Amino acid sequence: MAISRSEVLKIAELAKLQFSEEELDAFIEQFQQMLDYVEQLKQVDVEAIEPTSHVSLSEEFDKHIFREDEVKPSLQAEESLANAPDPGSGHFRVPKVI
Amino acid sequence: MNLKDAHRIRDTVNSGEVTAKDWAEAALKRIDAVDSKLGVFLTVEPETVLKRADIVDRTLKERGLPLAGVPIAIKDNICTRHLRTTCGSKILQEYIPPYNATAIDRLEKAGAVVIGKVNCDEFAMGSSTENSAFKVTRNPYDPECVPGGSSGGSAVAVAAAMTPLALGSETGGSVRQPASFCSVLGLKPTYGRVSRYGLVAFASSLDCIAPVANNPRDIALLLSVIAGRDDHDATSAPFQVPDYVSELQKPLGKMKLGVPREFFGEGLDPEVKSIVEAGIGNAESLGCELQEVSLPHTKYAIADYYIIAPAEASSNLARYDGVKYGYRSPDYEDLIDMYKKSRSQGFGPEVKRRIMLGTYALSSGYYDAYYGRAMKVRTLIKRDYDRAFEKVDALLGPVSPTPAFKIGEKISDPLAMYLSDIYTVTANLAGIPSLSLPCGFTRGGLPVGLQILANQFQEGMLLRLAEYYTQAFPLSGPALKF
Repeated sequence: MAISRSEVLKIAELAKLQFSEEELDAFIEQFQQMLDYVEQLKQVDVEAIEPTSHVSLSEEFDKHIFREDEVKPSLQAEESLANAPDPGSGHFRVPKVI
Repeated sequence: MNLKDAHRIRDTVNSGEVTAKDWAEAALKRIDAVDSKLGVFLTVEPETVLKRADIVDRTLKERGLPLAGVPIAIKDNICTRHLRTTCGSKILQEYIPPYNATAIDRLEKAGAVVIGKVNCDEFAMGSSTENSAFKVTRNPYDPECVPGGSSGGSAVAVAAAMTPLALGSETGGSVRQPASFCSVLGLKPTYGRVSRYGLVAFASSLDCIAPVANNPRDIALLLSVIAGRDDHDATSAPFQVPDYVSELQKPLGKMKLGVPREFFGEGLDPEVKSIVEAGIGNAESLGCELQEVSLPHTKYAIADYYIIAPAEASSNLARYDGVKYGYRSPDYEDLIDMYKKSRSQGFGPEVKRRIMLGTYALSSGYYDAYYGRAMKVRTLIKRDYDRAFEKVDALLGPVSPTPAFKIGEKISDPLAMYLSDIYTVTANLAGIPSLSLPCGFTRGGLPVGLQILANQFQEGMLLRLAEYYTQAFPLSGPALKF
């Protein structure tokens, strides 16, 4: 399946990424190459096959995944904000949205 | 001061013969001597390292610790409290984690000394460590060649005896392939065997923390320390952790070994093939029984992996938005523009490529055709292994179709780079453990690894086979150039 420039731009918009015109040309070519390659998955008969999302999930897991809802120590606000590019009075600051 | 064997180092510290501080100083000295040529470490804070070693020495007293004073290198996508963790990315260039990964907490409790953080492909996406935003890491057997990736720094740290142990991570072969390229051991554990809390997420249905060492005993020792259930990671397995070191000493018995015919087809370098076949012959001579098996869906593995991993990555990497942590672009018009500019300036080309591919595979109208279908093909790949393990205890084959390639050789051809993972990605898709064991060298002096795969949670048996193999067939290769 051929992918168009406008489709790639739409995906970039969804992914919140920008490309220069030059980057875009090279990118479309590589993207097309990958799409052509993964096309072979369409040859596989997957009728009545269940998808696998957790590969080592067994009944044993279920017995152990729940725990009591207890309050435990967690990160303090100051530490949580320590890596923020623009922290302000106990908050993460962002450009005006409304 | 030989920095090759973790269990020997541990014994000298527990007996009081050598201090943890002496070993830490030896590791720092070795890094000073060779790392300007190899490009492994991204962050080392000698003062903190020595302080930490001092604490181990002071608190050790009479009780022995499983990793007392053992220096260890950590891949830079595993969070270390108050020690910079970049993921090889400009977007996390200044990131100082406020917490430790569970694996790091467990290492420290066991007496290990974290020496520093090592280079990797950006967000562990790559097979050569060339995608790091910071530097090129070189193969110690040929500095013109890549060390493999994405855990290239972890493999070289151990291969060049800067540290006897390292942690890497695996999503599609990222520890086994560099281990093969650098003649060290790399184990991808069963999915869920080791907690991923604090491992920066790439593809959550595949990611594992993975140990690197110079011998099976040290892999067993390290795995015993880091494995086990963790309340911070709901996918960690609630099963008891065996003492993998004592598992090594049990009798080998008459193991049944399978050789998947799909691992020896077109694309396999003839020299790699003959080295791996000799290794399989060695394993047989230990009293094992060999038989050919088939994993018919192997041919779809790369296509399957390159839908699933990028799809999950596109979702996981949505968190880098320039708000909570990480890089924020200095110029922007509004909030959305800030997201776009921060991400576009912060991520490198390979990461962007995968985010785009993954976003496409998950986008409306394409989900069923790509991600949905890929998860079903994954079931078929897993079933191939289930069937094989009804007949045999373990499988043997190559790790990578070629030995280490030249720096720059594949960087402009993403698909060629992806194809070098053909024999490793299926273990990640099936969630089974798999080890890369040094097996031989090419005429040009490049290492080649033998891959051993076993069924889920069979790490003990897998490491036992590796231990008997290593004892019977000790490998001597060309001298390191460093």
